[in-house]
Amino acid sequence: MIARHFRRALEDTLANRFVNAVTIMTIALTVMIVSAAVLVFLNAGDWMSAWQQGTRIMAYLRPAAGGAAPALRHSIESIEGVHKAQFIPRDEALHDLKARMEHPASLFENLLENPLPDAFEIQLKPSNDSWEQIEAVAGRVRSLAEVEDVEYGRQWIVAVRRVAHLFQTLGLALLGLLLVAAIAIVANTTRLVIYSRQDEVEIMRLVGATERFIQAPFLIEGLLQGLIGAVGGIAILFAAFSALAVRIDQNGLAGVVTLRFLSLEQMALITMASMLVGWLGCYVALKQFLKL
Amino acid sequence: MTDREDRPAIIRLSHVHHAYGPYQALTDLNFEIFKNELAFICGPSGAGKTTLLRLLYAEARPSSGEIAIDGSRLGDIARTGLPLLRRKFGVIFQDYKLIPGRSVFENVALVLEAAGHRRALIPRRVLNVLRMVGMDHHADTLPIRLSGGEQQRVAVARAVVGDPKIILADEPTGNLDEASAQAVMDLLHVAFIRGATVLIATHDKAFIQRLGGRIFHLKQGRLAAFERVEKHHDRTAL
Repeated sequence: MIARHFRRALEDTLANRFVNAVTIMTIALTVMIVSAAVLVFLNAGDWMSAWQQGTRIMAYLRPAAGGAAPALRHSIESIEGVHKAQFIPRDEALHDLKARMEHPASLFENLLENPLPDAFEIQLKPSNDSWEQIEAVAGRVRSLAEVEDVEYGRQWIVAVRRVAHLFQTLGLALLGLLLVAAIAIVANTTRLVIYSRQDEVEIMRLVGATERFIQAPFLIEGLLQGLIGAVGGIAILFAAFSALAVRIDQNGLAGVVTLRFLSLEQMALITMASMLVGWLGCYVALKQFLKL
Repeated sequence: MTDREDRPAIIRLSHVHHAYGPYQALTDLNFEIFKNELAFICGPSGAGKTTLLRLLYAEARPSSGEIAIDGSRLGDIARTGLPLLRRKFGVIFQDYKLIPGRSVFENVALVLEAAGHRRALIPRRVLNVLRMVGMDHHADTLPIRLSGGEQQRVAVARAVVGDPKIILADEPTGNLDEASAQAVMDLLHVAFIRGATVLIATHDKAFIQRLGGRIFHLKQGRLAAFERVEKHHDRTAL
C-alpha cells in the first residue's frame, strides 16, 4: 500500500509540475537561508573557539608577594582547569617591556623604580576554555590573598558574547519566521492542488476510500517536496560556499580564515526538518480542506 | 407501501424526508428493497430519484427519517465508518464520475485499492471486468478520450469490480445510443444474476420492460405508486 501511495504521489507531483515547482523552490530558498545562517554560526563559533584557545589569564600580585611565588604557583596550578602557571618577576617583566619598545630610552630613563608588579601567566587546559570556565578560574585566582588583580580580556569577552547572543536570538526568530512562511506556502500550494482535484477526492470517497487512503499521497508529496527542496537548497548553498572558499584561497587568506561546510549529520538534520515542513504544510491544508 | 417477501430487506427507508433549504426534495418515503432484487425508481426529472440514491450511499444525510442498509442504520454510522458502508455499493453515476487524469484501468482498480485488496490480484480482476464490459483494449486510455457510451461502460466496470452487495445506477442509459444502452443493461442484469441487489433510477420504460422488476414511482419527492413488471413485457400491476 505504501508503494502504491508513493507511486501515486510521484505521478501527482509530475502531473502538477508548476505548483509543485513553486513549492519546492520556496522550500529550497528557506533551506538555503536557514542553512546559510547555521553555516555562519558554525564558522563564527569555530573562530571564537580558536580565539579562546589563545586566552591567557594574567594574575598581578600585591607588592612583596613575589617571595611566596613557589607556593602561590602550586595553589594556582591546583585550581581546576589550569594547565600551567608561569611566574614572571617584575624585573623580568620590565626587561621584556623594554625589549619590546622601539625607543625605550626616552620612556624608561627617568624611571626611579620598577612600576610593574610580579605576575603569573596562567594557561588553561584546552578542554576548559569556555567563557564560563575562564571566568570561574579567574574568580578563584582573584580570591587568592596574594593576588591584587586579574586580567583576561573580560570586557571584550562579554561584548563578543552579547553580540553572539543577539545574533543567536535574531537567527532563531528569523528561523521561526521562515519556517512558518514555508509551512504557509506549502499549505497554500497544497490547497491549490487539492482544490484542482476536489472532484477526484470526492470520487475516491464515494467508491469507499478512507480518508487516510486519500490523504496519504498528498502527505507523501509534502515529504517529497521537502526532500527535493532540501537537496536543492543545500546544493545551491554548497556551490556558493565553494565559490567563496576559492575566492578566499585566491586572496591568500586560506591560512587566516578557515571555513567548513555543514557535516553530513547536519545536512541530514536539515533535510529531515525540511521534509517535516513539507509534511506539515500538506497536513495543514488537508486539515482545512478534507476536514481531518 | 410495502411488498412483503421472504427475503430479508437490504435497504429500508422509514419516514425519510429530505429538503434542500426551503425545497422539499423527498417526502415521507417508506419502502424496502430486498436482497438480490432488481428494482427501479422511476419518475420525471426533479422527482427526487438522484436525491434518493445520494441518501442511500450516504453522500447526503436525510433531513429526517431513517435509512438502514444491510441492517445498519445510516444515522448510527460515524464519518469514519462511511468507507466501509460505501464498499457495499457499486454506484453508476449519471455523469459517470470517472477521474479524468487516470486511465480506465486505474479508475476501475481504484475501488479495489481503496478496499485494500492485494496488489498482485488487482490487475487480473480489473482486466477481467474490463473484458466483460468490452473495454479491455482501452485499459490505458484516459476517460476523456472515450465516448459517452464507453465511459458509461467503464463506470459499470468500476461499479461491479468489487462484487458489491448493492448496485445503484442513476440513469445508466441516459445519454447512450441503443447498442451502448443494451450493453449496460446486460451488464447490470449479469450483476443481478450473480447475486447483487440492483436499484436503478431511470425513466427509460423500455429498459425496465426488458429487465423486469419492482418499480417505485416517485412524483414530486413522494412515492406515488409501485408495481411489478415481469420480463418480456409481461406487466402486472400490484
